[in-house]
Amino acid sequence: MIDLILNQTLNGLASASSLFLVASGLSIIFGVTRIVNFAHGSLYMLGAYLAWTLVGRFGPTDALGFWGGVLLAAVLTGLIGVVIEVLILRRIYQAPELFQLLATFGVVLMLQDVALGLWGAEDKIGPRAPGFKSFVILFGNRFPTYELFLIAVGPLVLLILWLLFQKTRWGTLVRAATQDREMVGALGVNQRLLFTSVFAFGSMLAGLGGALQLPREAVTLHMDLSMISEAFVVVVVGGLGSVTGAYLAAVLIGILHAFGILIFPKITLVLVFLVMAVVLVVKPYGLMGKAPVGHQRAHGPAEPLLLPADGLTKLAGLIGLIILALAPLVAPDHILLTLTELVIFALFAASLHFMMGPGGMASFGHAAYFGLGAYGAALAVKWLGAPMEPALLLAPFLAGIAGVVFGWFCVRLSGVYLAMLTLAFAQIAWATAFQSVDLTGGDNGILGVWPSAWAVSKPAYYYLTLAVCAASIVALRLTIFSPFGYGLRAARDNPLRAEAIGLDVVRIQWVAFAVAAFCAGIAGGLFAFFKGSVFPTYMAIPRSVDALLMVLLGGVQTVSGPIIGAFAYAGLSEQLMKLTMYWRFVLGLSIVLLVVLFPRGLVGAGLALRERWRKEPEPAATLVEARP
Amino acid sequence: MTAVSPAQIASAVAASEPVLVVRDLAKSFGGVRAVDGVSFSVLPGTMLALIGPNGAGKTTCFNMLNGQLRPDGGQVLLAGRPITGMKPRNVWRMGVGRTFQITATFTSMTVRENVQMALISHAGEIWSPFGRARDRHREAADALLAQVGMAAQAERACGVLAYGDLKRVELAVALANQPKLLLMDEPTAGMAPRERIELMALTADIAAAEGIAVLFTEHDMDVVFTHSDSVIVLDRGRLIAHGTAEEVRQDPNVRAVYLGTGATSGGH
Amino acid sequence: MTIDRRSFLAGASAGATIIAAPSLVRAQGAGPIKVGEINSYTAQPAFLKPYRQGWELALEQINAGGGVLGRKIETIFRDDAGKPEDAVRHAGDLINAEKVDLLSGGFLSNVGLAIADFALQNRKLYVASEPLSDAVVWAKGNRYTFRLRPSTYMQAAMLVEEAAKLPAKKWAIVAPNYEYGQSAVKWFKDLLKKAKPDVEFVAEQFPALGRIDAGATVQALEASKPDAIFNVTFGGDLTNFVRQGNTRGLFEGRTVVSMLTGEPEYLDPLGAEAPVGWIVTGYPHADLKTPEHTKFYEAYKAKFGDYPRLGSIVGYDTMNSIAAALAKAGSTDTEKLVDALKGLKFSSAFGTAEYRAIDHQSTLGAFVGKTALKDGKGVMVDWSYRDGAKYLPSDAEVKLLRPAG
Repeated sequence: MIDLILNQTLNGLASASSLFLVASGLSIIFGVTRIVNFAHGSLYMLGAYLAWTLVGRFGPTDALGFWGGVLLAAVLTGLIGVVIEVLILRRIYQAPELFQLLATFGVVLMLQDVALGLWGAEDKIGPRAPGFKSFVILFGNRFPTYELFLIAVGPLVLLILWLLFQKTRWGTLVRAATQDREMVGALGVNQRLLFTSVFAFGSMLAGLGGALQLPREAVTLHMDLSMISEAFVVVVVGGLGSVTGAYLAAVLIGILHAFGILIFPKITLVLVFLVMAVVLVVKPYGLMGKAPVGHQRAHGPAEPLLLPADGLTKLAGLIGLIILALAPLVAPDHILLTLTELVIFALFAASLHFMMGPGGMASFGHAAYFGLGAYGAALAVKWLGAPMEPALLLAPFLAGIAGVVFGWFCVRLSGVYLAMLTLAFAQIAWATAFQSVDLTGGDNGILGVWPSAWAVSKPAYYYLTLAVCAASIVALRLTIFSPFGYGLRAARDNPLRAEAIGLDVVRIQWVAFAVAAFCAGIAGGLFAFFKGSVFPTYMAIPRSVDALLMVLLGGVQTVSGPIIGAFAYAGLSEQLMKLTMYWRFVLGLSIVLLVVLFPRGLVGAGLALRERWRKEPEPAATLVEARP
Repeated sequence: MTAVSPAQIASAVAASEPVLVVRDLAKSFGGVRAVDGVSFSVLPGTMLALIGPNGAGKTTCFNMLNGQLRPDGGQVLLAGRPITGMKPRNVWRMGVGRTFQITATFTSMTVRENVQMALISHAGEIWSPFGRARDRHREAADALLAQVGMAAQAERACGVLAYGDLKRVELAVALANQPKLLLMDEPTAGMAPRERIELMALTADIAAAEGIAVLFTEHDMDVVFTHSDSVIVLDRGRLIAHGTAEEVRQDPNVRAVYLGTGATSGGH
Repeated sequence: MTIDRRSFLAGASAGATIIAAPSLVRAQGAGPIKVGEINSYTAQPAFLKPYRQGWELALEQINAGGGVLGRKIETIFRDDAGKPEDAVRHAGDLINAEKVDLLSGGFLSNVGLAIADFALQNRKLYVASEPLSDAVVWAKGNRYTFRLRPSTYMQAAMLVEEAAKLPAKKWAIVAPNYEYGQSAVKWFKDLLKKAKPDVEFVAEQFPALGRIDAGATVQALEASKPDAIFNVTFGGDLTNFVRQGNTRGLFEGRTVVSMLTGEPEYLDPLGAEAPVGWIVTGYPHADLKTPEHTKFYEAYKAKFGDYPRLGSIVGYDTMNSIAAALAKAGSTDTEKLVDALKGLKFSSAFGTAEYRAIDHQSTLGAFVGKTALKDGKGVMVDWSYRDGAKYLPSDAEVKLLRPAG
């Protein structure tokens, strides 16, 4: 037994190494540039692919060829990092955190297709490392020497990083920038060069992490997202910006995985995110992290004025609704299906907008509540034998309750920390659905969630959806202009002032969080009966990103933005998917361009244009509300 | 010299108990005593200025009164009831209005809505999810805005106001809960001299008319000597002087502190 | 080759074609017959690239021979990326917007189940080519769904036949944690217990598909000291598992019984690290010399310059069986197609097979053999073809297993 424990500990340490390399790069980049680089997992993947190619070319059996290939792959990944930084990130350092996160997610999509185009979809299997092909007997078991080598790599890199940070001028600058960004500017340092070099260095670490995996596992196109979600966990648990924290957390997660397989083989995925949530609740800024100084709403302009719709825009909204209501008379079935989906996504986006816009809480895990709504409906059908109507009523409550519980923790943080925690909770929900095979069917999903007889026909279900979603969106909108909605905006605009006029900021945001979750649950329930089935992918990261894109595409600062955004985004991505095999690249590129060119979203940009045209006296601050 | 007649002060003093009583207030940060046994009180309708050189403990003291900091020791009584260590929103509910050194308004709202927001909160309507907030307490908000001379700009966005006007909006917001005590942190910081005088005169008028006690910190000695009924002086966390503006001006300790630092006015 | 194909089609469907002549005339003006093919092309390329090529070979041969019912067959390929959610979305789009006549495809079992449920709800034919789960035709079986490949039950039964001969009593299991893995493990355990009541199962590992933590998993299996191991993983998971298992000596002195590992798509990537002596199901492509297979093999090689994988067979057979069903039905009407498929005999590269009327499962078989190394590559040796029809439960049992009837 003790042998097993020791052996599993070693296994945990071995898998911790690559995790640490990726996470430390991520952490250093965040420390200096304050950007959470979603594309870091993609750099790790590129490192592995590059190593596969280079090692194959240099001769895999030759020690120099192998290790030369691995190191060159890391350096090349660093150079790719330079390209990304110079072309994209440099333009968005001043943008709100969420835009940065989204832009890097756009890079993830682009790199996925770049890898697909260059290396094809087949898994690549690397050679074993020369000199590390064998094993040693440890604690009565064979243990691969390469794994031992990996165990040593972690602390070695940690030591090198420490020396670099303590003994070189560059390292001193990186440390200084991590502590106080303004100070570096004051020191007369070339900030651009520093940022670029830091990003290149972090990318190189990720590339090295990927290259070192070559003898260990097959190189696949899925490496990026599976690594990035683990690396996020490590960085957040360790403390954003702390390299030592990243090492501790990587070891913790690695060992947790190894023992999870022994003790809880069926909940290994949940376990990791559960630990992350616990750490964040006890130490919100991670094991070794410090509370950000003046980080809260540090950048981004003041929130512009929000006014209710004027007569013209109300009329436009009414006309839009009438057109939607008349659509079944002329539209063929497949158009109706698309419309049904769009209407559901409009509510999903509107619910996210409620907490993100007026609430100022950017969620990177809103799909959790959409998915929980869908699961609420499906579980009611599967386990309670409920027909559609009560199942639809029940659905939002599962999402709402999750919103109450998760929200309680989330609203205590802000900015990127809040976004990370929402992501963690979404991953918990996803992993629970994925691994609770007995309850949810796991990856098989729950099938046979079909509407009642009266709603089976496509127009009938479309009308049901339109009625529920339009009513919910109108209710959300009324709430935004109600006293509660004003309180929510007050809490966002200026939490100190809000507290000073008697508002319980945390509680207001908590309620808003739960309301947003509840409404996402309504959308999820409708979606479940629309599709007839429910799967864990409903809660996966890409769906959360979908919602964010809809909101941002439309513009956060307008109430009608998310609705327009939902129609624009869902329509666009569906067409893209049909048009080209490389739709991810096009979508990723659009995201990046959107963030760089239209930080106020489509509706925001349109309104700005209208204002300029009208030559209003206060162009920057007045946003007249429009709504369909 | 003051905008309020001595007779008014005299009557207020005679008529009532102090609104704010502070006893032995203390706070340390990492072993450094930022505020050390400070006691004072403020009478209704009067303006008390809290002054002292940089690092004297003014802000710490202030933040213990408004609830942002929890004191290590001592007591804060508002109209005889303890508010020591209460959260800012509860301090406000007890009847304390407040303005910030750097103006704090809700930029996504109009001037009127800012005041309405405070009125809605005061009326306990914040959890109401229906009905338009813009239609609530409109008259009361306009009355408050008229009081501070901002009625004409009620429809404008707070984000585009001149700085002095913002300060007036803040004042209107601070008055929305009919406070017994008004806490003003550096109320005239960043304002032109003429605006300073106007704002403080306005404050003093309102305080006197409504019987509100005002405690303010201030760097500008002209403002202090013109608009305060009495002055307390902090130095290194301790209260070193307490009296009328004239008394404090003559106080040798105060002179030592201020002349020593060479700052007698406008030190921000 | 093309001549043979044509004559086969003519022979297999002659009767039906003549009887269905009136509908044939009507159909001729209606353009091509559309098949909506949904598969995990980007997620499981090792299997599905050859699959698509096999499909295209069959399609080319059929259309070169004039198509079916006087119409060409056209395929609309959609990639589900391994996600049932995407598959369902594509299915809806294919039926409603593209107006396909039937659906086919599905690699992962959960994807197959999702499409099958969708097909039932929308009353459209779904020919499930690859998803192995028994639920596709049994527990969740429905009127509109037929499946080509030998199921997890059938392959487990084939392997249990061999496993029961082993002296091993203590078994450890590793399987991907989704429908296919769960279903394969369930049947293997049930059938082995029945065949050999004294076996016990000492460890089970269910890593998520594509996310195996191979070192720790191997260690956990090793710790249970099994006599033998039943493996259900495939693709990248299998590669990682084998590499760690080899280095750590997990397979030494133990017999491994393994699903699908003899398929070239999973054996070839292992190269010289391919395990030796595992009892596997698979496809000995280079050594299979039956006339049907040789014809197919040569045509495939001529067209694509590569040898076929098992996926190629599945794609080829699926397309051909669909064509045969269309010919027999004499119509693209879903109900008629379903009736035609019941008991439909079709020619496969492995010989003749039949879609059973009782449960819509085809009797296509699989090869069982042992893995070995030859010229630094994994191959199957000592193999034999197991006819699927012999590895299915009795009709009475099937009726119990399939509530839909």
